[in-house]
Formats: sequence, C-alpha cells, structure tokens
Amino acid sequence: MAEYSAFSLLKNALTGNKDWKPAWRKPDPKASYDVIVIGGGGHGLSTAYYLAKEHGITKVAVLEKGWLGSGNVGRNTTAVRSNYLLPENTRFYEHSMKLWENLSHELNYNVMFSQRGCLNLAHTPAQLDDYARRGNAMRHLGVDAELMNLDQIKRLVPALDLSGSARFPVLGGLMQPRAGTARHDAVAWGYARGADRRGVDIVENCEVTGFLRDGDQITGVTTTRGDIRARKVALAVAGSTGHVMQLAGISHMPIESHVLQAFVSESLKPVIDTVLTFGMGHFYISQSDKGGLVYGGDLDGYNSYAQRGSLPIVDEVMSEMLALFPGLARVRMLRSWGGLCDMTMDGSPIITTGPLPGMYLNCGWCYGGFKATPASGWCFAYTIAKDEPHSFNAPFTLDRFYRGLIIDDKGQGANPRLH
Amino acid sequence: MLITCPYCGPRDVIEFTYQGDGNRERPQPASQDLDAWNAYVYDRLNPAGDHNEIWQHSGGCRSHLRVVRNTITHEILSTEFARGGHKAGGRS
Repeated sequence: MAEYSAFSLLKNALTGNKDWKPAWRKPDPKASYDVIVIGGGGHGLSTAYYLAKEHGITKVAVLEKGWLGSGNVGRNTTAVRSNYLLPENTRFYEHSMKLWENLSHELNYNVMFSQRGCLNLAHTPAQLDDYARRGNAMRHLGVDAELMNLDQIKRLVPALDLSGSARFPVLGGLMQPRAGTARHDAVAWGYARGADRRGVDIVENCEVTGFLRDGDQITGVTTTRGDIRARKVALAVAGSTGHVMQLAGISHMPIESHVLQAFVSESLKPVIDTVLTFGMGHFYISQSDKGGLVYGGDLDGYNSYAQRGSLPIVDEVMSEMLALFPGLARVRMLRSWGGLCDMTMDGSPIITTGPLPGMYLNCGWCYGGFKATPASGWCFAYTIAKDEPHSFNAPFTLDRFYRGLIIDDKGQGANPRLH
Repeated sequence: MLITCPYCGPRDVIEFTYQGDGNRERPQPASQDLDAWNAYVYDRLNPAGDHNEIWQHSGGCRSHLRVVRNTITHEILSTEFARGGHKAGGRS
C-alpha cells in the first residue's frame, strides 16, 4: 500500500494532516547489526534500501555523522546521464539510468526525475568527431545518443550565443535525450523512508571514530554514540574516504579529496530546458523547476576537506557561463557552496569487497556520484550480500590501478584534479 | 588563498600550479620494483589536516615549492623551495 497517493493526500487534508508519519524514525543505535553502512548520503541510503529490498537483509544501520543528506547528495548540480565512452562505465551508468526511470514509482516518492536531455557542445571539428565516436560507442551498447547540428541546437536553446562571433563558436553537439535532472533531496528522503519502513535503522549525529577489530577482521565501529558491532561494515563516505580509511589503519589510497563548487542564480522564467555543457572549458548548466539556474565548473584543484571553495573558480565559472550566454550577464548569483569529491586516479569509482576482511568499500565518485546513486547502492548491496561483485561493478576494483586495468574515460592519467 | 613564494612574496593561488602530495617517493629511474612504482604513481596520503604538498609558481618565478597546508582550514603553515623535488632522488 503506497503511503503517498491521491487518496492519502485527500484523507490527510480532510483530517488536518495529523496522521502523517515521519519519513524515518530516529532510533538509538543497537549493540549489533548484520551490516553497518557508514555514511547517510545518497549512496549509503540506497545501499541500505537495496540490502533490505533485494537481499532481505534488514538488520542494517546507516550511520551518519551529521543530518541525513547533509553531504554531497544535497550539494551536487542534479544532472543524471549515462553518456560515457568506455563500456565499463556505460554499462554501469546505463543500469543507473534504468533505475532512475522507475525510481519515483519504486520508492513511492516523487524524485522529480525529468528527462530533459543533456547536450555536450562541440566547438572544434575534432571535438565533433570525438563526440561522434562517443555517441557511436554509446549506441553500440544500446544507450541513446544523437549528434545535433546548429539549427537543432538553436531551436532547443535559443538563449545560446550561436552567432559565430562567440569567443568559442559552437559547431554542434552530442545529445543524450534520456538524460536529465532529479530533485536531489527527494532522492535521499525517498531512499531513507524506503529503507526505514523495511526495518533499517538510520542513525544521525553518529560519527564513526574508529574500527573494532579482531586481528585483521573488522568487527564493528566505535562512534560518538557508543560501540556498534556488525558482521559486515560498508563504507560509503565519498569525500571523507581517505580520512575514514586512515581510522582503519590504511594510510594511502588511490584517491585525493577535492572541493567542487556549485552555484544557483535567482529565479528566472524558463530559459534553458535541458542540461548543457560547455566544450571549451568545464561548465555545465540546467534550470531548476523553481527557476534558478544551477551550474558549476571545475574543481578548485587542490586537496581539500573544507566544503568551500575560493574565488578564482567563481570567476572562471561565471566567465564560461557568459561565453555561452552573454544575455545572462545581469543575472544575480543567489547561492554557492562546495562539496568534497573523492577523486580517483582514473576518474572511475570503486565498489568492492575489502580491502580488509569484513569491510566493503564504495568510493571514488569524482564528479559522478549523484547520477550513480541508484546503481551504486544496488551494486554495493549485491556485493555486500553475496561477498562478490555484480558484473556491473566487477571492473571497479581497488586493485585495478596496480594491475594495469584502469578505466580512464577522459584519458587524463593519474592526475585526479583533471578528471 | 595566498601562497608566500620565498622568492616573490605573497601571491594569489591563481599564479600557482598544484602538483599534489609531496610525500611520494619516486623510485630511481632504473628501478624495476613495480610495487614502488605503483605506490609512486597511484597512492596518496590525502589527510584531513596538515598536508605536505608541492606547488609550482608557474605564473611567477617558476620555482617548485614545498607547502604545508591544512586541508580543512586552507591555512598555509610553511612554504619553502622544494629543491630536489619529490623526496627520493628524482627531478621534479
């Protein structure tokens, strides 16, 4: 029985809205669980949800150091796409896309998934060739991709400067029509409620301070709310991966934590009804249903755990926006913030068993974490339940770097700030 | 963020290029120790706290600098010429 329906809305409206239950309980942590998931963001919550739903494992705790969804799940720019070049990434992100397409129904929670398309702009003939190659690679694996010419782009985004006298004239673009945006908070809340109703304890304000061990075996965690034991401890802590792994005695990882800023403008009438990326820099923009332009650019480019960035990137992002949309020069920026990106050495994630016995690791999401949320949790839950990866996440091991099996979609090499 | 270059004085971060973790040890070029090469290329310390890192003053005197910076507050604790670059032997 769906909790949210036209019937339940009507019933509660007529009875003064007194009967709604909180979307998740606020339980105290128990002494032990089958599985502890560290991190109450999108990935941790979806992991708990799929552990309960797909694998029947309900003695699960999600430990969150702050409040639910206070990290990257509420800090991203909400784009969802599966337009990758390499088959390992394409298969994984396309699985995610398919989960997105049914997510509101699955969770009985409106995540406002809007398939408004994602258009990568090309500014040189070589770039257009490269996009044709990527589009073909996508279509080869059954993912939708279409090259667009200038006329089509002009009809889709009239506000774009396509005059030919732009600083970087647009020559065409690669469109994934099924890509789009979703409301990120709703994704966290929907998964949280779905997990909670299946018996998962979501414990907020509970920071992990160390690991309980029996030799090498991880047997639980110490937290600010006491010791908690578990047969399996799963990490989904994104930008804090380096820090939490150091608590487990693993000092080095193929990861650097970087800060990525995001921006929202004041509300405007509809002006951009797709997700657009700039090809001569690093810039992406969409418009929220409230009317604010949601946009971002490059990393600040140095290790940071600060969740705030510096001004040179603000300047660069605004310049890139104006190179595309000179008409937006008078639009005021409303808010900006930063999130921590766990940048791997090849730009692809890690979802794996280990590296210690009793530990499971989900990290390395770089820029791509939000769109991966459903598939990340789905694959991680499978990996935790079966003690082996699903074929979707089998390539995303931790030791691939040392075995020559890197998955470097952008071809940047071991320089995390460039992925 | 301002970085005080020992040669040029305090300059905006935009003049500098980040070269990452300064704790890595580059094996000798002839080394065939694959684990050591892997560690050099892929492993990072990535602490939440004081971080020993290499920057180049690419928009200034082009010196390589060893900077100790707090990754939580972005406070810069020390700056010196890197000389010798990444610790063991190799050129930076």
